[in-house]
Amino acid sequence: MSVLVDAGTKVVVQGITGHQGTVHTRQMKLFGTAVVAGVTPGKAGSTVEGTPVFDSVRDAVERTGANASCIFVPAPYAQDALLESVDAGIRLAVIVTEHIPFHDMLVMYHYARSRGARIIGPNCPGIAAPGTAKVGITPNVVFRPGRVGVISRSGTLTYEIVNGIKEHGLGQSTCIGLGGDPVVGTSFVDALPLFEADPDTDLVVLVGEIGGTAEEDAADYIRQHFSKPVVAYIAGRSAPPGKRMGHAGAIISRGRGTAATKVAALEAAGATVARFPYEIPDLVAAALRDGARR
Amino acid sequence: MVKLAEWRGKDVFRTYGVPLPKGHVARSAEEAEQLVRAGTVPLPCVIKAQVLAGGRGKGGAVQFAGTPAEVRAAAAAILGLEFKGERVKELLLEEKLPIARELYLALTLDRAARMPMLIVSAQGGVEIESVPDEQIVRLPIDPFPGLTGYQKRRAAKVLGLSGGPAKALDRLLDALWAAFDGEDAELVEINPLAVVGDGLVALDAKVIIEDDAAFRHPQYAEIRDDRTPLEEIAREKEIAFVQLDGNIGVIANGAGLTMATLDVLAEYGGRPGVFLDLGGTDDPAKVTEAFLLMARAKPRAVFLNIFGGVTRCDTVAKGLVEAMRQVPASERFPLVARIRGNNEAEGIEILRAAGITSIPQLRESAQAAVAAAGGRP
Repeated sequence: MSVLVDAGTKVVVQGITGHQGTVHTRQMKLFGTAVVAGVTPGKAGSTVEGTPVFDSVRDAVERTGANASCIFVPAPYAQDALLESVDAGIRLAVIVTEHIPFHDMLVMYHYARSRGARIIGPNCPGIAAPGTAKVGITPNVVFRPGRVGVISRSGTLTYEIVNGIKEHGLGQSTCIGLGGDPVVGTSFVDALPLFEADPDTDLVVLVGEIGGTAEEDAADYIRQHFSKPVVAYIAGRSAPPGKRMGHAGAIISRGRGTAATKVAALEAAGATVARFPYEIPDLVAAALRDGARR
Repeated sequence: MVKLAEWRGKDVFRTYGVPLPKGHVARSAEEAEQLVRAGTVPLPCVIKAQVLAGGRGKGGAVQFAGTPAEVRAAAAAILGLEFKGERVKELLLEEKLPIARELYLALTLDRAARMPMLIVSAQGGVEIESVPDEQIVRLPIDPFPGLTGYQKRRAAKVLGLSGGPAKALDRLLDALWAAFDGEDAELVEINPLAVVGDGLVALDAKVIIEDDAAFRHPQYAEIRDDRTPLEEIAREKEIAFVQLDGNIGVIANGAGLTMATLDVLAEYGGRPGVFLDLGGTDDPAKVTEAFLLMARAKPRAVFLNIFGGVTRCDTVAKGLVEAMRQVPASERFPLVARIRGNNEAEGIEILRAAGITSIPQLRESAQAAVAAAGGRP
């Protein structure tokens, strides 16, 4: 078992004929994912990497039974793409697209939620369950099947950390890259219960960054509801206040959302907090030896 | 984000029907005097520096005047002021109104709730940060119905408004909500919102527009933020580039990895001078451009830390080697590289052929970068 994806996951790639859509369709297939359909309006009848292309998500779902979507559609059209997939019955959408206005994302989030659909992202690496399936753009080479769950707000830093876990001889159950935008479809608090319920996950690595209060909220949840060990890392401890560090989530303001408040909250909740990314594999190995937090 | 000066924010308010004092922008003392002589701005009036920093009233950047001569003198005094590091180039002249009370209103994003939030306080006219929490009311707004009637009545009650002013608030909140939504704002704030007679008037306007929605709002493209010239060039080339006050240049990919890199450098006594986030790219020319931009910031040493996912290590290596060829010998600086991930072996080989060694471990490579910049300051 794994989190959110399984052997029955059938992916439709929205925006499959674009460069990113094509490249990552191939990579998802190499990972072992059933990419059953692509959608680009006006391109029905063609194929990309051997995958049939349809004009609409509805056509793709009817013809192939697709049940998860990976969205590469450019930001101005991403809202429409998401609404289309939800209305076609898709209940898991990974949005890779970056620079989606948060006003659009607010509509997307509440629309999806009202219809029982889950969004991962936007501006995110997506989900990877080694040996099962991947929906998104995480590099295949960093993964190895195992029992460590990973939840992260970062992109590249996630790959670095996942790779470190692999090089230490451990592997991952499922890795979810949530994305670092101000409004995300799935937060730490939304993702943690999935890993708590997953019998194949023994421990969770939580990778956060400065800005917002998602890590503080995660700490509250961990303290009250999460029984498995947690190893956390917060990027941006040395960041100067007020400077933008690449995306909207990474701003320090008003004494909340600092690295210090996040680290303190996580430690108080019983998590082990690494000071640097390269400390994580050893801390994971030690926590696995010690077993459950309580 | 694009922070609008007060007068630009008020232009937005005007478009959406938020009530404002009579006023006009001036860029010289003569122009200011002419505005009141022509009756465009009634006397007595208030003259306000158009700067983004708060606390203008205490800093002499807001003055009152009763005659054209006083207007001219006040305008001359404020123009050319250096207010919290920002030079005053524009003034807003507005009629002085008989204010009964000063209130606070804002709309912004509540990330945790994933909803816009209406923030209301009867304590207006002071910095909202200094208002005690129990005197601030926060109302999350579901984007689907939008702002509702009962929420507006609740706001009126919190603000102690009834009768005419309550009706005015109902209309004003609809206009403010339309502005927040229609302009893709991160923040619309009125502080103070004045009760004047039977109505309400927005005495100030703070509007911040979201960058990602720029494609819908080309009118904001001309407004520059507080970037340095090199940061501005980087923005045009879509490279995230921030100048700090240290001496090590950092090139990484992804915001999280960039921040983690800075954290490790700081641990070993390094002080990042510029950091540059390549993001995801598969174009060596973009890497070369980024690197040449870095060279212009004249770092003591450069630390390149790339983990290849979407970006391939060989792409980065090619771009880097080309950039090193283009930097004149007199402007060269020590380079410490660490490239990992997608096509790592090919990337390392390209660097090796150009005489650059990739240090695989983050800790060791960061230490090497600090040493290359001259060690602990």
